[in-house]
Amino acid sequence: MTPPSPTDEDTILALGLRLEKTQKSPGLQLSGETLTLDRCGGLWLADHRTLIVSDLHLEKGSAYAARTGQFLPPYDTRETLACLHEAVARFDPACIVALGDSFHDSRGPERMEPGDRAMVAALQQGRDWVWIAGNHDAAVSEGVGGRYAEVMTLGGLTLRHEPTPGAAPGEIAGHLHPCGKVAMRGRAVRRRCFVTDGTRLVMPAFGAYAGGLNVRDAAFEPLFSAGFTAHLLGDGRVFSIGRSMLAKD
Amino acid sequence: MEGIGLSLRIETRTGDTPSHKRTRQIERPPDILLTTPEQLALLIAHREATEFFSGLRCVVLDELHALVTSKRGDLLSLALARLHRLSPGLTAIGLSATVREPDELRKYLVPQNAAFPLPPAGEGGQGSKSGEGSAASGNVAPLSRPSLTRGPPSPAGGGGEGPRMADLVVVAGGAAPDLHLLDTGKTLPLAGHTAWHSMPAIYDLIRAHRTVLVFVNTRLQAEYTFQELWRLNDDVLPIALHHGSLDATQRRRVEAAMAAGSLRAIVCTATLDLGIDWGDVDLVVNVGAPKGASRIMQRIGRANHRMDEPSKAYLVPGNRFEILECQAALDAVEEAAQDTPDARLGAPDVLAQHVLGMACADAFDPVALYDEVISAAPYATLSWEDFEAVVDYVATGGYALRAYERFAKILRGPDGLWRVRDARVAQQYRMNIGTIVEAAKVKVRLARAMRGKPNTVLPKTGRVLGEIEEDFADTLTPGDTFLFAGEVLRFEGLAEDEAMATRAGPGTDPAIPSYAGSKFPLSTYLAARVRAIIADPFEWDRLPRQVADYLLLQRSRSLLPGERDLLVETFPRAGRHYLTAFPFEGRLAHQTLGMLLTRRLERAGLRPLGFAANDYGIAIFMTRDLSERIARDPAFLEDLFAQDMLGDDLDAWLDESSMMKRTFRQCAVIAGLIERRHPGMKKTGRQVTISTDLIYDVLRKHQPDHLLMRAARQDAATGLLDVRRLGMMLERIQGRITHKALDRVSPLSVSVMLEIGRERVYGEGADEILAEAEAQLLEEALG
Repeated sequence: MTPPSPTDEDTILALGLRLEKTQKSPGLQLSGETLTLDRCGGLWLADHRTLIVSDLHLEKGSAYAARTGQFLPPYDTRETLACLHEAVARFDPACIVALGDSFHDSRGPERMEPGDRAMVAALQQGRDWVWIAGNHDAAVSEGVGGRYAEVMTLGGLTLRHEPTPGAAPGEIAGHLHPCGKVAMRGRAVRRRCFVTDGTRLVMPAFGAYAGGLNVRDAAFEPLFSAGFTAHLLGDGRVFSIGRSMLAKD
Repeated sequence: MEGIGLSLRIETRTGDTPSHKRTRQIERPPDILLTTPEQLALLIAHREATEFFSGLRCVVLDELHALVTSKRGDLLSLALARLHRLSPGLTAIGLSATVREPDELRKYLVPQNAAFPLPPAGEGGQGSKSGEGSAASGNVAPLSRPSLTRGPPSPAGGGGEGPRMADLVVVAGGAAPDLHLLDTGKTLPLAGHTAWHSMPAIYDLIRAHRTVLVFVNTRLQAEYTFQELWRLNDDVLPIALHHGSLDATQRRRVEAAMAAGSLRAIVCTATLDLGIDWGDVDLVVNVGAPKGASRIMQRIGRANHRMDEPSKAYLVPGNRFEILECQAALDAVEEAAQDTPDARLGAPDVLAQHVLGMACADAFDPVALYDEVISAAPYATLSWEDFEAVVDYVATGGYALRAYERFAKILRGPDGLWRVRDARVAQQYRMNIGTIVEAAKVKVRLARAMRGKPNTVLPKTGRVLGEIEEDFADTLTPGDTFLFAGEVLRFEGLAEDEAMATRAGPGTDPAIPSYAGSKFPLSTYLAARVRAIIADPFEWDRLPRQVADYLLLQRSRSLLPGERDLLVETFPRAGRHYLTAFPFEGRLAHQTLGMLLTRRLERAGLRPLGFAANDYGIAIFMTRDLSERIARDPAFLEDLFAQDMLGDDLDAWLDESSMMKRTFRQCAVIAGLIERRHPGMKKTGRQVTISTDLIYDVLRKHQPDHLLMRAARQDAATGLLDVRRLGMMLERIQGRITHKALDRVSPLSVSVMLEIGRERVYGEGADEILAEAEAQLLEEALG
């Protein structure tokens, strides 16, 4: 039996500890717009002072309790909103776009706790807020503020929930909950990620209880026939990983 | 039974019992029912439980010592409490051949609560029998007439008057075991557990005996040993393999062949530790470290189950340290010393499962149920408030945010009684019963490589070889080779939730070192004995020459620690600085210690790079010079190992540790927060399922004192993290740290240094892996 050589081991360990914890997020050019992929899973468009987050899946916990009788901690909504608040405090956006599936189901807004509702209102205070329609929450803007849209254009970009099959230059979408897996030397790391081929982008899910679909899954093939790069959300920053380094599930 | 003219109806009830038989058993209970703790839990949660158990006279719990130290034992204790209530005057008998503290078992058998009367002592009262004729109680009473020892009288009042205990019956006698250290005369390595050097000698033992059980400590070791024995098997002796990951039908086949006497040897793991008594086994071989005195006695007892003949066994050390451990075990067996773990505090997650079960049986009054629960020994100290918290958890999840009131699983009626909501909840309870939480697994299927098309396989062509943990499968990439089911396999990829593998070419070495299997920590008792042997040069005469020479060398190059001391060595090597320490507290406690020390060294600016741990010690490597730092600041080392490491540092690390998340997941499944995945159940996409890691992170942030968080922390104290043992060690070494600054690695340190690179434990954060993958992308771009 041949154990891995200590030198390899030492390299990873050394790399790991010496990581810069506050490296700048990767910037990206798409249809002439400059995008910042933030480690929280949000997309920052500085030129438009717009923050985009996708698949919040608010009230997923309570949806489970109602449907399956499993009582998951009912704090997913406030956790998701707290992460959003943290990003908002850093960027101070003029506009926030929730890119669909903002609620886990259409009855989600009714089940929201008053405190969480107030948190949404506070985030909307003094800025434009757009709910893009998703497949889980066709029309939910009633009673939760903001405005509602099927699709939205922003400069050269088209924002919609479900990605369009085939080529779609300038499209920013969510829906698929992309995750990337890196496996090496007996360890595997699976993280949410942005996926892009330089012309379009699929965003990671932002919700605390949202699951993930491996980017090597067949569902991504029609979108990225010419390959892609995944930008994985690490603990300290975003990591850009090539397709060849990403493992299947 | 028929042979001796008794017409008794004896039946079994397990998870495999067909439903028509179960129904018939409820309608017409057999005279004797052989069953499991899980099935008993289901029975007492049955609507007919009161009627079914009304005629129950006696409960016999076999191998009780093995049960009471687990959550399974907690579940059983609660069921036993209910049985005492359904059938007052019930006799409970516990059997054990290897128990250190019989009083703990004696308490376990009888209600600990004054609300339950005890039957008159001696007449149909509770009994606890220990010493099944093995060396467990090696005194002089005649074998055929067991000596009967009665425990101190049990106070009927309970409370502070002393514990209520069952009577004790000790069966003395039995031949002393014929136990040896296998000394091949070869010089053993300083690390490694495979005992490759002893395989020819083990093979010779198999040839010279009728039937041999070869016990090993991990599945990996089982695979390795099996392969090596077959490599030597010129006589083509029927040698089989048995471990928990193999396909069940294959295991049954091996067991049947063994029972039929057609095997000469089985290489097996702890799966065969208990219960299977084959009279034909005439030798037990234990490969690797014994890890515990009671464990080794239990294994030895698998050979030759007749009381008047000695059990014959060989201990086979894998390295020089394991020789010390084997010697300590030989001494312990000689003295019939036992080291089974302490009695445990009942787990809240198990209680939550039980409370829901009791609501399924019938409406319950909370005060009456509380009285019943605290009559079970593991729950005897449970407070009313903690009990209420469990009931609240079962009803609506126990959250500070009262979000789930309208979905409550149990409801309190105007009469003050709690009832289960509906049949669906009861069904959910039955589907999720039990305390054994298996890691999610995937099947390993043999696939055929497609000719002419490299790296492609025909799926579903071959047979299923067994299962591997999903976590392990996740780390495999196509092309990786690993040992499984006695062969070197090449991983080809996952297809429909199955791992496809092909046979690797002859002579291929398995590249992936191991997959998760049971790994027992060295028992506190044996560890103390090993320390005592090292500390006392007069003891070395009894050791093989190579070990004594090794210890002498250590003494001349550095020093040997006293029995209660901690030796810490610091030295430079190849541009790095090392700290090694030898607490002898088992791998789990050492890993936790390594994590905490590394955090502290990082904070002190010494730039630690990583660490490695084994059962005997740890090695930490760093960029800065620790020897120099200690010379400058003599208090530094004492501070580094100060007990307060178990405070903030532990909490901070624990909360983010993947071990803690795994522990939490088990509690969440047992307590019914998330449902079990049943075999054959279609796996839903990962987009839909919520990972327990996400649940844990949210709960930790928003309600860190939640019942399940407390349950997970309670488990962490003794389980994967062994925090309690670490705490005991830190207390022991206060003011007893012996430091030696050396200019090169010492003989003792070599053993733990060899672990570096074998196992990666530092930095559970994922960023370093991602950074390396990213660096490769960069390389592609630049290259």
